[in-house]
Amino acid sequence: MNSRILPIVLALAVGLIAGFLLSPMFSEPEQSVVVAEGTDSDSSENAVVAEPLPIVENKSTLDLVRAKGFVQCGVSQGLPGFSNPNDSGDWSGIDVDLCRAVAAAIFGDADKAKFTPLSAKERFTALQSGEIDVLTRNTTWSLTRDTALGLDFVGINYYDGQGFMVRKDQGIKSVMELDGAVVCANTGTTTELNVADFFRSNGLAYSIVAFEKSDEVVAAYDAGRCDAFTTDASGLYSERLKLADFNDHIVLPEIISKEPLGPVVRQGDDQWADIVRWSLNAMIEAEELGVTSENASDMRDSTNPSIRRLLGVEGAFGQNLGIPNNWAYSIITQVGNYGQSFERGVGVDTPLGIPRGLNALWNDGGLQYSPPVR
Amino acid sequence: MSDRFKVTKAAAGNPLNNPKVRSFVIQLAVLTLVGSIFWMLVDNTITNLQRQNIATGFGFLENTAGFGIVQTLVEYSEQSSYGRALLVGFLNTLLVAVIGIVIATILGFTLGVARLSSNWLVSKIATVYIEVVRNVPLLLQLFFWYFSVLRALPRPQESHSLLDLFFLNNRGIYGPALGIEGSTLLVLVAALIGTASSYGLKRYVRLNPTVTDGVAQFARFSPVLVLLLPCLFFLSAGMAFHVDVPALKGFGFKGGWTLIPELIALVLALSIYTAAFIAENVRSGILSVSKGQTEAARALGLKPARVLRLVIIPQALRVVIPPLTSQYLNLTKNSSLAVAIAYPDLVSVFSGTVLNQTGQAVEVIAITMTIYLGLSLFTSLFMNWYNRHMALVER
Repeated sequence: MNSRILPIVLALAVGLIAGFLLSPMFSEPEQSVVVAEGTDSDSSENAVVAEPLPIVENKSTLDLVRAKGFVQCGVSQGLPGFSNPNDSGDWSGIDVDLCRAVAAAIFGDADKAKFTPLSAKERFTALQSGEIDVLTRNTTWSLTRDTALGLDFVGINYYDGQGFMVRKDQGIKSVMELDGAVVCANTGTTTELNVADFFRSNGLAYSIVAFEKSDEVVAAYDAGRCDAFTTDASGLYSERLKLADFNDHIVLPEIISKEPLGPVVRQGDDQWADIVRWSLNAMIEAEELGVTSENASDMRDSTNPSIRRLLGVEGAFGQNLGIPNNWAYSIITQVGNYGQSFERGVGVDTPLGIPRGLNALWNDGGLQYSPPVR
Repeated sequence: MSDRFKVTKAAAGNPLNNPKVRSFVIQLAVLTLVGSIFWMLVDNTITNLQRQNIATGFGFLENTAGFGIVQTLVEYSEQSSYGRALLVGFLNTLLVAVIGIVIATILGFTLGVARLSSNWLVSKIATVYIEVVRNVPLLLQLFFWYFSVLRALPRPQESHSLLDLFFLNNRGIYGPALGIEGSTLLVLVAALIGTASSYGLKRYVRLNPTVTDGVAQFARFSPVLVLLLPCLFFLSAGMAFHVDVPALKGFGFKGGWTLIPELIALVLALSIYTAAFIAENVRSGILSVSKGQTEAARALGLKPARVLRLVIIPQALRVVIPPLTSQYLNLTKNSSLAVAIAYPDLVSVFSGTVLNQTGQAVEVIAITMTIYLGLSLFTSLFMNWYNRHMALVER
């Protein structure tokens, strides 16, 4: 028996050692790039052979996006107000608007954006692997996510906080009355951790039932599996619309965490990060300057230098970003400014009816603030 | 004669003509190739992960998990490590797999036999069951058991109760726990010893037909041992015990034991689904035993039930066990559907929550796959052993 196994073990060992010795040939991406740039045709042929199986190619994201002709954005699987498809499959919401703004900045056409619905669990892997170019999916900015995942958060398009929803007939007025409650949440979210922190620090007992898809969280809450349903406050308003009789449920007043939601890009491509960051900033700056989708073309004749710079009449700010100079003009005319996007998606006149609150401009009692375009 | 001699001589002259050497060289070449490809993949992954600044390594297993889990078989709190969460998820998977396999086997054997019953109604009921359950996707059945049944159950305040000891509501099934203070473990050990000695005694009497009547008579009452020993220990411990009856407090029931609806739904769906396949295996096994065996047994005067138990089933098992193993493996792997209904199994806890909190997809998925692989290999190892044990011993 032993004499039969021995050659196999031996062969496997030799194979591994050989693979180890050969591996430098396959795993030096920098080398192959240098060779590929050379003029010698022989060596560039070698480079093709030695090219590793790339997870992310060395080309810049902007070049790749330009080559394929559209921006691929990761969005939620259906969160009204943020990213939600209608009956004909058209996406809308403030996260969708941000993605369309990036497309408008690059191509001058907001419709050159495509959307990939992702679960909370899948979202980061989809971005890391290059399946999407930017993640605009109500994603909370946290230190771990910013550092350990090889990703970068480039702004905050919605200041949120975690809240709880309960049935009205339970007569609960405050989160502190939830001692011993069963809480339903989404798996793979910061909410799962916040619940644990909150109940633990207040000495309250709880048990958590965590589902993968938010539709199942709502269904289980509706079926009475849990006493409370928790997610970001905006999500609560949005998911409440899915309940059988949403007037029987109330959102408790307490907010137990900070949930700054923002767009995410892969780490290491600063130009791409800048484009996404400034697409968002342009929308906020436009609102502050009073530029809307309706008056933007008239505003080009404005005497205000800030407006002239934003709309690309003065200066060459688009060039610095590597995109057309009228980038912000395209965003504002095709998508609108931040306030317009907010009111259209989640504002008081929508079924969600969320007031601006923290998301008002800085000079209006909120936190939204854009660095100047200059 | 002379030809043969030539060949041997040539083989001795050129080692490549020696079949042993040649096959070794070819196998070595293939293994080298496979090894290199494997190494290249691993190395490429590591290089790319480093280039993208994604954290790597298994150090994260010692970090604080920080999230709660609804059902834990071992001690676990939010301060426990990710490694501990992995253990919790693994044990929850194991629990579902073991209970599911036991129920599926019993149900499957019953249905398999029932389908071959000469009673028209019984056989048709079994046929309808098998054809319906086998042909509806498992995930749909899982949702059916979870959401439909959950909706039909009352809220904790309006629970169905049995003797005020057991309660059923949309948070699960609650029952009283019997706590014997201090000596619980001792009593359990005593029960184990009792069971083992009772079984040993029975076996001894069966294998030695020459034992005296006294011993045989004693052995007949051996099951008493199972109860007697623990009772003795229990009495000697001063009868210190308490019954922990679940009671409605605040939002739900406190005390006693709880079966969460996710566990019940998952076990039901898995065992009902797998039982349909096992039933078909059992049926094929029984049909593989020639009719002559039944006729011979009947001719000896055995009753139909005994014919089945003593003649048919033991022979059928040899055909049933190999596909049964596949069904056990399927059930274990299918238990990963738990994530759809929030049962905290390995996939839900580890490659769901932990993967997201740490972002270390490669490591987490590798660990998860290794565990499923190990679990499956262990199951098939055990079933192969059992198969050899049951195989026809030819003398």
